[in-house]
Amino acid sequence: MATENTLLDVANLSIQFPTRRGIIDAARDININLQPGEVLGLVGESGAGKSTIGNAIVNLLEKPGRISNGSIKFQGQELRELDDDAMRKVRGDRIGMIFQDPQTSLNPLLRIGEQLTETIKKSLAVSDKEAHERALDLLVAVGITQPEARLKAYPHQFSGGMRQRVVIALALAGEPELIIADEPTTALDVSIQAQILDLIKDLCKTRNLGVIIVTHDIGVIANIADRVAVMYRGAIVETGPVNQILNSPQHPYTTSLIAAVPPTDRKLHRFNSVDYIDGSDSSNEAKRIDVSTHWLGEQNDLKSPDGVAVSVNNLKLSFVLQNAIFKRNRKTLQAVDDVSFSIADGETFGLVGESGSGKSTVARLIVGLHKPQSGQIRVMGNEVELHKQDEKSLAARRALQMIFQDPYSSLNGRLKVLDIVAEPIRFFKMASSEKQTRSIVQDLLDHVGLGAAAAMRYPHEFSGGQRQRISIARALASRPRILICDEPTSALDVSIQAQILNLLKDLQEELGLTMLFISHDLPVVRQMCDKVAVMRSGAICEIAETETLFESPQHEYTKHLLELMPKM
Amino acid sequence: MLSHILRRIAQSILVMAAVSLISFSLFNFVGDPVNNMVGQEATREDRVRIRQELGLDDPIFTQYTRFLGNAIQGDFGLSYRIKRPVSLLIKERLPATLELVFVSAVIALVVGIGAGVYTGIKRNGWLSKSILSTSLVGVSLPTFIIGIGLIYLFAVTLRWLPSSGRAGVVEIGWWKTSFLTVDGWRSIILPAITLSLFQLTMILRLVRAEMLEVMQADYIKFARARGLSERSINFVHALKNTLVPVITIIGLNIGGLIAFSVITETVFQWPGTGLMFIQAVDFADVPIMAAYLCFVALVFVLVNLVVDLLYVVIDPRIRMGGR
Repeated sequence: MATENTLLDVANLSIQFPTRRGIIDAARDININLQPGEVLGLVGESGAGKSTIGNAIVNLLEKPGRISNGSIKFQGQELRELDDDAMRKVRGDRIGMIFQDPQTSLNPLLRIGEQLTETIKKSLAVSDKEAHERALDLLVAVGITQPEARLKAYPHQFSGGMRQRVVIALALAGEPELIIADEPTTALDVSIQAQILDLIKDLCKTRNLGVIIVTHDIGVIANIADRVAVMYRGAIVETGPVNQILNSPQHPYTTSLIAAVPPTDRKLHRFNSVDYIDGSDSSNEAKRIDVSTHWLGEQNDLKSPDGVAVSVNNLKLSFVLQNAIFKRNRKTLQAVDDVSFSIADGETFGLVGESGSGKSTVARLIVGLHKPQSGQIRVMGNEVELHKQDEKSLAARRALQMIFQDPYSSLNGRLKVLDIVAEPIRFFKMASSEKQTRSIVQDLLDHVGLGAAAAMRYPHEFSGGQRQRISIARALASRPRILICDEPTSALDVSIQAQILNLLKDLQEELGLTMLFISHDLPVVRQMCDKVAVMRSGAICEIAETETLFESPQHEYTKHLLELMPKM
Repeated sequence: MLSHILRRIAQSILVMAAVSLISFSLFNFVGDPVNNMVGQEATREDRVRIRQELGLDDPIFTQYTRFLGNAIQGDFGLSYRIKRPVSLLIKERLPATLELVFVSAVIALVVGIGAGVYTGIKRNGWLSKSILSTSLVGVSLPTFIIGIGLIYLFAVTLRWLPSSGRAGVVEIGWWKTSFLTVDGWRSIILPAITLSLFQLTMILRLVRAEMLEVMQADYIKFARARGLSERSINFVHALKNTLVPVITIIGLNIGGLIAFSVITETVFQWPGTGLMFIQAVDFADVPIMAAYLCFVALVFVLVNLVVDLLYVVIDPRIRMGGR
């Protein structure tokens, strides 16, 4: 395949990580090549080894990883033969990298201009003045207005999308011929994601760059890549032009990966999970409990008197951004602006919007983590003020449980899973004895598909998806009537996402739960929700039945969001 | 920004007011000052007269306002023992302590940050490992043991340096400095090292821990991916980010140096304020004790104020009041 002007030719590359338990093959026998002006998508789930390949190309493998075999030829030159100094010249000068999280990729204490000129002067022999000029040009090239003023700004003064543009400018500073972008849009909103992908595509064409996009998101691949390599457990299972891979995948893993992406255009009863699994990993079919006789189902038929599980009226909350002695000098942000909606018993209500739209704040208001400035919250027919400690509020709090986005930070790492899940039972004194508490916890863990043995282990021993199951078990432990799920799967791979969402759907059916489902992922919302509210800048633009909203959106902003939804 | 500074200054004043109250209460709780001043043979009339002269019969509140008013003007009264103004005594002794603290702070900072960065970067090198294990000695041994050990080694056995006292002092106005003569340096070096060891270890371990954390940060990885030199990554990108938490500790520690100097000055018979304080405690010389207490508190408050302002210089996120 490699021709004369091939930019990058990776042949038979294998990467190993020696650990105490033996050698792990992070990548096996990888063959990829890239022409100038071409975008290659490297797609796979977490742990598939796709980032490792990117890091290996620029010789930035995390220790103790090492290349055990193969060659990496860049413009005909073998990169593995270069020493550290020569490799440093390749990085930045000839191969640029873009990382996932623009919030953390930039040094917070240095001005954008300092970071840019330092990088430019490292790669190109230019004067201070010329470096400054080039920095300005770069900012313009990545679409940042008022470049002169922006050079003096610090990273925290940019929004997420703007920061990622700065990161791209930095990657381009040394005028490289190849860009390796590792999940460049995963941390960004859909509308920003579309802009950044357009920018990368555009730069690739105008500068004749080779681009490798590493991602877990098939939507991104569909949007930008010319060719795709699909990775599964350290090996490339399939390579081909993007249309061929998406429309007629050959390998069963690719087929099931594509099928697991929630469709945007129709509603399915359940999510397709990635069922292609070779080897042992089928322990998920744990035993489930019969909720009609179990403790968990005891208050199953509890309904609110008027059929409305949760309703909020004219909810308002503003945050002080910059404090000042005089009120008129204070800068505030209207995080939640006059929000009203109600959720019927047993309904799944979706709340969608981009980051900063206030959707999480609404959830936090409902569970009482913030105190509203004005407005009412009714839970199961009772008006409650959840920050108070009276009996009515306690009952409401027991009925409301929350599942958070980040499965890593939402579980206390110093507690055993048993104690994490048992905490609500103990707090609300819902079991008659410690023995009963334990057996309930074990049943709950069985029921969410983890298995009772998990109780004696600690959270760090579990993967992201498994941790989210622990969160769900913890939420169930107070026998709630209402689950509030704040982006419960956005930190997870698409196959794990399908499992977790299916679990939530099953639980809802069995227990008759009401759900407030917060997400920025429109396809997922379409599958999960009965009704959807679209939020922007703290206010609700539109509330409608899910199918109505997706088929005939009324509000301009809803239409805009739907247009940005990646289609395949 | 301005309101931030004003708020910090207001807090500082509050702290000083509290400390002055404690210092003042020393007068009433640490024995009867009249007993300390007059001899055994003083008559009852003499005692009454002295009480009146000193204003000890006035209501407590009047006494406190008077104490506060005088203290603000730097007047802490006469030492019971030496019968000279306390402010003058402190002024005489202060240069010795400040120079000692200054030299040991410089040692602690330079060696601490340098070794911290080194052990943070080359964390598996044999040198890093031996620095870390020896540094444990610094924290685990009490100051006076280290001082006596150093005296034994360098003064008694090797006879390189004097064992105690402050020789080679040159007067510049009222300030007596030991920086201008070889003898002066020879006598300051042992007490300064002794005083610095504990702080040095703290700074070293803190800088190292921060370095290890910062080196894992994405922006360091991104800087590597841009091919920046190791020197720039270590000393520009990483070090600056480790400094914010380090400065807090350094601020507290410089206050600590002055407080700890009591022990070091005693071991080395260094004629500074710390030694004066210990002697004052022996004789229940309350005015000196009260003044010393206020002085140490003032140093702590000032250093922390400076630290707070330094944050603002280093971290733009605080400067802009954002995030």
